[in-house]
Amino acid sequence: MSITLRLAWRNLWRQPRRTWLTAGAMVFSNVLLIFLIALQLGTYQAMIDNTLGAFSGHLQVQRSGYKENQRIRQVVPRIRDVAEELRSGLGLNSVAARGEAFALASSASRTYGIRIIGVEPEFEPRASRIPSLVNAGRFLDDPVAPEIVVGEILALNLKAQVGDELTILGSARDGSFAAAVVNIVGVFDSGLDELDRSLAQMPLEFFQETFAMNGAGHAVVINAPGLFEVESVAEKANSLLPRGQNLVVHDWNDLQPGLRQAIQADLIGSWFMYGILVILVMFSVLNTQLMSVLERTKEFGIVLSLGLSSGRLGRLVLLETVLIGLIGLALGVALGGIATSWFETHGFTYPGMEEMAQQFNVPDRFYPDLNAISLFAGPVVVFAGSVLAAIYPMARLHWLRPVQAMRSA
Amino acid sequence: MNSVRCADLRKTYKQGDQDVIGLDGVSLEVEQEGFVCLRSPSGAGKTTLLNAMGGLDRPDSGEVYVAGKRIDNLSKGKLAEMRLRNIGFVFQAYNLIPVLTAMENVEFVMHLQGVPAPERAKRAGEALNEVGLEGLENRRPAKMSGGQQQRVAVARAIVSRPAIVLADEPTANLDSSSARHLMALFARINETRGTTFVIATHDEMVMSYAKRLIRMRDGKIVEDQLQET
Repeated sequence: MSITLRLAWRNLWRQPRRTWLTAGAMVFSNVLLIFLIALQLGTYQAMIDNTLGAFSGHLQVQRSGYKENQRIRQVVPRIRDVAEELRSGLGLNSVAARGEAFALASSASRTYGIRIIGVEPEFEPRASRIPSLVNAGRFLDDPVAPEIVVGEILALNLKAQVGDELTILGSARDGSFAAAVVNIVGVFDSGLDELDRSLAQMPLEFFQETFAMNGAGHAVVINAPGLFEVESVAEKANSLLPRGQNLVVHDWNDLQPGLRQAIQADLIGSWFMYGILVILVMFSVLNTQLMSVLERTKEFGIVLSLGLSSGRLGRLVLLETVLIGLIGLALGVALGGIATSWFETHGFTYPGMEEMAQQFNVPDRFYPDLNAISLFAGPVVVFAGSVLAAIYPMARLHWLRPVQAMRSA
Repeated sequence: MNSVRCADLRKTYKQGDQDVIGLDGVSLEVEQEGFVCLRSPSGAGKTTLLNAMGGLDRPDSGEVYVAGKRIDNLSKGKLAEMRLRNIGFVFQAYNLIPVLTAMENVEFVMHLQGVPAPERAKRAGEALNEVGLEGLENRRPAKMSGGQQQRVAVARAIVSRPAIVLADEPTANLDSSSARHLMALFARINETRGTTFVIATHDEMVMSYAKRLIRMRDGKIVEDQLQET
């Protein structure tokens, strides 16, 4: 170990209590940052999965312009073939074709305007969570049967239940009347009022027949293995699309623009809070190093008189700060990593969370996402901030003169 | 060749609203292998002259040469380098680095000079032996007597074989026995290594070791005489 490093290390332990207090502030803030950032990332992941998984998926293949103006005639021709090609081309089973139409649904006593989605019963459970959220009856299982599942609020509004018949009346793709009588086989509760109030799903083939779709549909939903793979899956999907049909691939940000905005707004608030935490730690380090420099003015005068340049002296103080920072970083990452890892396995909840989860169909526990970013981003910023805080004490040394310094008490 | 040459040095300090003259036209040449004592009452300019000779402080005017090179106009960084290569300091209050052992304190200057570690250790060990501190290499200053600490300071001052050692009241904090030992050590190093010593003191015992005695008053040299030791 070089003398400079030895000197810096031993200087730290001249005031062990002060060093531990400063390092402790860093460790505490690092543990807190690791946990909060991991929890935040985990929560976003859950939010995204919950919102996208419920219905829209990560990606959708549509006719260009359909997203902005959902007219029944803007179709993806031979949609089940397109979905099949995407499934085999992407190597993913979480790809499902859909058709979509608006219609009037009449029960024995009431009529409501609804949004009907034709789905592939075999593949829809891999593309959205609605099949798993059926809380009365069952999900669709026959591709051609005149069956329907409806949202819980819609069922209440229609005063209908599983086993009842609904009469569907709408406008078909060719302009003719689309009419059908279907059996309610299931009622789902997505936790999202917008879906539960107006959405109904029927088998795609029966939908195509009812609405004269001639084999066409409106969207192929794709769920990528994870958020980080969305971009590459989108690129590949684009290359697999049949040419000349004016089809486009929309990612989840196009489909749910509010979601990313909500996350970004939340991030800004969080960064502000984290910034305050880092600044507090910086002041703690500044205080420690300034005290330490002021206390050792005479000693610095000695080493300057021996021929140490003020630049090297400044680097010595910087090295001391780096060493405290490394203690804070190492202990903070270790403790923060262990604690967050425990919560990553067991989940994090608080009183009242279960009721809220039941109400909104969100997980009743949040699972922090411990990865390289959540583990190191906060501690590295704290470390950099601490080193930055040593600049002022270092700068003071630049103007130190050996004679005046040695005269100081 | 001279170890140090000063020409017409002037230095004034501010003390409150008053100007205090530290040096008033001091010219001095210290020959190689010299053993010079600056004597005067307190406040007559000894320490100011030592600081100017050692490049620790700049005179208001005049010139200072160390080992033939003018130093009063050097930049701060070059002055530090000059001190590192040419001058050893011994202070009244020992001024060792408290967190380093005796050995490490002696090695410190050589470390700054970039001397390789094995060479550093060898020379530091020799220097400590020379000042009679064998066996205390790993002791920290707080565990040593004043006399021992001052010997470490001497070892630190001579280890890099400087052209000149400047000592400011080196015996002021020592008992008479330690002070005699220290001066005998200085004389021996001067004799064996040919190191030049300039010592500021008002201790008659210290002066008795000097080959040349310079008396200062009010920032001026008022007497400069050789003496038999």
